Amino acid sequence: MGAIFNAQQIVNGLQVGSIYALIALGYTMVYGIVRLINFAHGDFFMLGAYAAYGVFFAFNALFVGKTGLMAFVVLIASMAAGGIIALLANQLAYKPLRYKPKLSSLITAIGVSMFLEYFLSALPAVGPSYRSFPDILPRVNINLGNAVISNYVIIDIVIAAVLMVGLTLLIKKTTLGKAMRAVSQDKDAARLMGIDIEKVIAFTFLIGGSFAGAAGLLAGMTYPRIVPYMGIQPGLKAFIAAVLGGIGNIPGAVLGAYIMGLAETFASAYNSLIGEGIAFAILIVVLLVRPHGLLGEKFADKI
Amino acid sequence: MKRLSLVLVLALVAASIVTAQDIKVGGVGPVTGEAATFGVSTKNGIMLAAEEWNDKGGLFGNRKVKIIFEDDKGDPAEGATVYTKLIQQDNVVAIIGTVMSKVTLAGAPIAQAAGIPMISSTSTNEMVTKVGDYIYRACFIDPFQGTVGANFAYKDLGARKAAALFDIGNDYTKGLAENFRNQFLKLGGQVVAFEGHPFGATDFKAQLTKILAGKPDVLYLSDYYNDVGLIAKQARELGFKGQMVGGDGWDSPDLVKIGGKAVDNGFFTNHYAAADPRPIVQDFVKKYKAKFGAEPDAMATLAYDAANIMFDAIRRAGSTKGSAIRDALKTTNLNVVSGQVTFDANRNPIKSAVIIEMKDGKQVYRTTVNP
Amino acid sequence: MKKLNLPKLLIFVIVFYAAIQILYSTEMMNGYILHIINQSLIYVILAVSLNLINGITGQFSLGHMGFAGVGAYVSGTISTLVFKINPSTPGGMGIFILAIVVGGLAAAFVGFLIGFPSLRLKGDYLAIVTLGFGEIIRTIFNNIDYVGGPRGLLGIPKFSNFTTITVAALITIVVIRNLVESSHGRAMLAIRENELAAELVGVNTTHYKVLAFVIGAFFAGIAGGLFAHLLQMAHPTQFGFIKSVEVLIMIYAGGVGSITGSTIAAFALTFLSEGLRIGIRAIADATGLPIGGEWRMVVYSLLLIFIMLFKTEGLMGTKEAKLIRLKEVE
Repeated sequence: MGAIFNAQQIVNGLQVGSIYALIALGYTMVYGIVRLINFAHGDFFMLGAYAAYGVFFAFNALFVGKTGLMAFVVLIASMAAGGIIALLANQLAYKPLRYKPKLSSLITAIGVSMFLEYFLSALPAVGPSYRSFPDILPRVNINLGNAVISNYVIIDIVIAAVLMVGLTLLIKKTTLGKAMRAVSQDKDAARLMGIDIEKVIAFTFLIGGSFAGAAGLLAGMTYPRIVPYMGIQPGLKAFIAAVLGGIGNIPGAVLGAYIMGLAETFASAYNSLIGEGIAFAILIVVLLVRPHGLLGEKFADKI
Repeated sequence: MKRLSLVLVLALVAASIVTAQDIKVGGVGPVTGEAATFGVSTKNGIMLAAEEWNDKGGLFGNRKVKIIFEDDKGDPAEGATVYTKLIQQDNVVAIIGTVMSKVTLAGAPIAQAAGIPMISSTSTNEMVTKVGDYIYRACFIDPFQGTVGANFAYKDLGARKAAALFDIGNDYTKGLAENFRNQFLKLGGQVVAFEGHPFGATDFKAQLTKILAGKPDVLYLSDYYNDVGLIAKQARELGFKGQMVGGDGWDSPDLVKIGGKAVDNGFFTNHYAAADPRPIVQDFVKKYKAKFGAEPDAMATLAYDAANIMFDAIRRAGSTKGSAIRDALKTTNLNVVSGQVTFDANRNPIKSAVIIEMKDGKQVYRTTVNP
Repeated sequence: MKKLNLPKLLIFVIVFYAAIQILYSTEMMNGYILHIINQSLIYVILAVSLNLINGITGQFSLGHMGFAGVGAYVSGTISTLVFKINPSTPGGMGIFILAIVVGGLAAAFVGFLIGFPSLRLKGDYLAIVTLGFGEIIRTIFNNIDYVGGPRGLLGIPKFSNFTTITVAALITIVVIRNLVESSHGRAMLAIRENELAAELVGVNTTHYKVLAFVIGAFFAGIAGGLFAHLLQMAHPTQFGFIKSVEVLIMIYAGGVGSITGSTIAAFALTFLSEGLRIGIRAIADATGLPIGGEWRMVVYSLLLIFIMLFKTEGLMGTKEAKLIRLKEVE
């Protein structure tokens, strides 16, 4: 049992959970407002990683010795790539279907996801092969006595925390955030109050997509290997984390992500079969007990 | 516009003249989906071989080889469709492919029933060639590499405590790991951990932490290079200093790109050593680099070999009849990149394996193991 | 009471069946086309059965291929591992049919279990839970060595052919179509339209939601069994969530709730995916562009987006073809 529950495994679980948390933050925000399982969210994550990769190799020569600045530029590039593509997907593919049956947007989202994956993989400049992601920041292992922690894990956790707080403030304190909450609760009423709901939704996609892009960069640095299909599994897991925490609930998404990361780690260490299915098992159990997730609010059914 | 259409017409006419004489051979591999990187290498290998044969005048003196390459997406259902298409619609005389055993196993019964000979480049599952007498392969079968790896770890590296990590969703990696374990135990060694990870995982630390708690001397990693690079890195981060052993899935220039220094002190069984002075090896590596801008990986090498074995059999058969090509395949004795190849009664290649050591990010030839 | 005009439908199917058989035996149609038709028909069973759960009862399920997987593995185990039959075994056909039906029943039992969450969960929450169930089923196959684990269940005898698959597809359409138009079907539609209202007018929503899952899963299991006996193997990766999404796409492209739409879309999308293979090769040959199979799925996904944008209600909307419209009978 010592190899399954120990300090090192907790660190491992936090690392897995951090990546889920970063993706889940954007996911839960978009879902909370448009109520669309955006299957392409994992692909915005992938695009962020590729944008960072491209920008790093294109401009690395200009930033010799300025590692911090380079890292910042790369972060902006990945957020821009994720955000802009998410915005485009919304404007071109999701917006025309806003008042059509919700499930047609879902199929469209699947189409967008497939398109992004297959298109990048068919493009000769990208291709379907694995690429090794550069060490944008030096990799340092910190020995805590009975556990080793990489500086990347600390970066991931800090950034996830910062983004969580920032997003919560955005939603609670700003006018835009107020509008977002209004749209999320009742689109029609929000429109009657003079809120330009399409603008709010567009902003939501931009922000959510840029979060996914940033997550892509961090995942690329933590697990230095990228491929056009890298977003499928994390996207799915992040969505589960968001559902687990209560859809639309920002701290819930982070909580769900860390629960999933830790549970997957302990379960994988215990038995690989259980490790693969644990995320789904937890999800099913939690939803059966609390159909609106751990921190989700229960809305009355509209009649 | 007029000129363009003229060119088009000429091209079509030219194409139809050539087609009259072409020998159509099917190629299959996953060029989309999550195994696409392997499919692309496979396609490259087959195309390079066909191009070389055509530069030398093709088969039977004047007939060019025309490869019709289809994507199987790494999906058995798609594989069955593609094999049916190549055989029924395109009337190919033979098929080279495909990569993953599960897909080859969906295609092989179709080729067998139609009497079309086929050679899989990299399907290691023992069952593949047991489908029938038209089915061959160019790679090792699962038990061989795992056994060689265990012998090497126990006898050459002197390891007594081993652990294995593999992809539970992939029959190749699981097969190698199981055979490694069996042989290592038989030699008197101790297997302290035998762990799986799900397909597509990027974080292996949960399993590695557990594995390293057993203090193994050697880690057996039967995954492909893309996973091995990450696993090695994470194992080193967790403080593992010992040796690692693996199979031909390691053979790719990307292993070092992903794993960096972490893969040093790693050893793997392979089909050939890139530094092997035999001209066929040097020639292949040089041409492949020139054409595709990268060093060949194991997938590309085996596809190249498989294609050459098939073309050679068609040449010796002197006919495009399936049964004639099958009979010629049986008597193959050909010098290819992975050595001198003959087939055993189960249509598996009899060829030696080499062991490659990773040293300072370079592949270094260590030893040759005969079957 | 309204009933399906069975003789008319039968005549249509017999004409279709005979035409294909004649074309095939006179070699005007090759085995490749026949194989695509077989595959399309299996997708018809999958799409129509998912439509019962998803389109008609409104229960959003993303785990449909999990049911097909249960059918494939159970029937494959019976025919291959237990009875070890092959097409020349005397009585083999009887055992095959038994195996397929037992596979369907096993899938129906799993559908019964998975139907329960639908009592508490709605919409996207249900979708993600059914997806989870499907993935758990797949993981289990992957880890049972008796059925091959990651190597797959191999050596399944080839019993499925154009005849057996056509019969199964016809039965599926007739049963589900008649069900939809019965009072049970009306209750299911009422649940889709407004569950609360349905309950208020006395529909036993619990009963009908679970019933939809059980019947849908049964036919999915049949389809899975037929698929396994066509490909002569079953592999866990064939039953993952991406595959469930493919079936889902068919029912939405065809029109939610329309059985005709599901049938047409199953054929159209299967043929489209193969047609693109040939189309892209033709373009590459004619223009000399270095494009190959890797562009096929790019075009496929774009077409999918366009279908949803410009034909949002799907090809058929909620309409049915005349052939399976119902008629007043005494």
